[in-house]
Amino acid sequence: MTAAHYRRCFIGILKREALRFVQQRERFVAALVRPLVWLLIFAAGFRQVLGVSIVPPYETYILYEVYIAPGLIGMVQLFNGMQSSLSMVYDREMGSMKTLLVSPLPRWFLLVSKLLAGTAVSILQVYTFLFVAWFFDIDAAWTGYLLLLPVLVLTGMMMGALGLLLSSAIRQLENFAGVMNFVIFPMFFLSTALYPLWRLQETSPFLARLADWNPFTHAVESIRFAMAGKINPESLGITLSALLVFGALAIVGYNPARGTMARKG
Amino acid sequence: MDNPVLEVAGLNYDFGKGPVLKDVGFSVGPGSFAVLLGPNGAGKTTLISLITRLYDSPTGHIRVAGHDVKRQSGQALARIGVVFQQSTLDLDLTVRQNLYYHAALHGLGQREAGERIEQELGRFEMLERAGEKVRNLNGGHRRRVEIARALLHRPDFLLLDEPTVGLDVPSRRAIVAHAHRLAREGGIAVLWATHLIDEVFDGDDVIVLHNGEIVAQGSVNEVNRAAGATGIADSFDRLTARAPT
Repeated sequence: MTAAHYRRCFIGILKREALRFVQQRERFVAALVRPLVWLLIFAAGFRQVLGVSIVPPYETYILYEVYIAPGLIGMVQLFNGMQSSLSMVYDREMGSMKTLLVSPLPRWFLLVSKLLAGTAVSILQVYTFLFVAWFFDIDAAWTGYLLLLPVLVLTGMMMGALGLLLSSAIRQLENFAGVMNFVIFPMFFLSTALYPLWRLQETSPFLARLADWNPFTHAVESIRFAMAGKINPESLGITLSALLVFGALAIVGYNPARGTMARKG
Repeated sequence: MDNPVLEVAGLNYDFGKGPVLKDVGFSVGPGSFAVLLGPNGAGKTTLISLITRLYDSPTGHIRVAGHDVKRQSGQALARIGVVFQQSTLDLDLTVRQNLYYHAALHGLGQREAGERIEQELGRFEMLERAGEKVRNLNGGHRRRVEIARALLHRPDFLLLDEPTVGLDVPSRRAIVAHAHRLAREGGIAVLWATHLIDEVFDGDDVIVLHNGEIVAQGSVNEVNRAAGATGIADSFDRLTARAPT
């Protein structure tokens, strides 16, 4: 197989992901409505209750809506990662995953291509959300929007890799909803998406420590700093490490010797 | 057999609840039509999953055109076209979109893929339905699309797992005839897994699988002689009448 074969294969996987996304318009609308509800209703309602003192990377007091915007971007990518996971489990049950896995290209390449394709879809969702949010005074400098892009690739892949890992472990579609409750809600609420770490520290040092270990916290902080035109090396490093760990475990999960494809319940 | 397209030897597999395949070994030559005949639960689908590397067997080896499926999986899979028992088409994509996806997964360029899609859909009389969503096709049409798809990358070896299940009699006959023609005229080696006796033609090679073991293999006449029967249906009944070991 030559480089051209790899390129064509990746583009084919990307096209399929895009086609499926375009056809499932409800998914696109849900991906947009979800963070907008949090931004326009939750944030507005809690603006007085949850005042945010000056925390890095911000250099002045900010509105609560501005604070939670990076967390909502993380939410978009987290849900997209889980949606991709659900699609993988569905594909395995319906049989269409076999089409992917009998490709002569290496399995790790196929899985990484799926990951990148899913990330591309999540980035499209994020920028659409940011476009709408702009009309509600949530904006960044153009350098922030630009710096955000490579960070979104990293954070999107990290959450996609987590989704891929989960899909290798989940036997049946019916079990998926339960697993999601144990993943999405703890990851989101035990993070700095809705409140800074010092707030959690005041209430419970234990929860603050868990939040600090949560890779989603570091994805959100990476996004937050990027939107402010800055870089948070620690958070980026932890996000990258989480991506490599989840990704490696996912590739092991899909190893033919493990007989994952035999797990149809 | 010299230069077999498919060579299986010493294959064992266990899902953890007892052996599903026990010391399975056979070969399929170029341009031949081999029927993997066995009742439900014999291990046919497991065998096909091992050949296509959905699972790995810890023992034995499987070679496709000389390439070991485990050690040279890319070269081996590039030579296999497969139609699984369960349909693997994307229901929400059109016929053409499904075929382009498969072509991309095998590294084919857009133009070459387009030409081959026209050719294979034309061969199976499905060209006029190329723009239809798969969800709107009946079972027979979906199967034809799957066989056309499996041939896009010009494999040496076509593997079909119970491809006629759920189809009406005319559709079944048409697909069996198509597949035999591919072997006879196209020189493709075909391994056709089935439990349906009437899909075996006189000139076929037969491999009878029962409870994970090969109980007879050879030409139809050789299998009949081994079973002490006069016809393949009788042979199948006799060979698969033994209690599970």
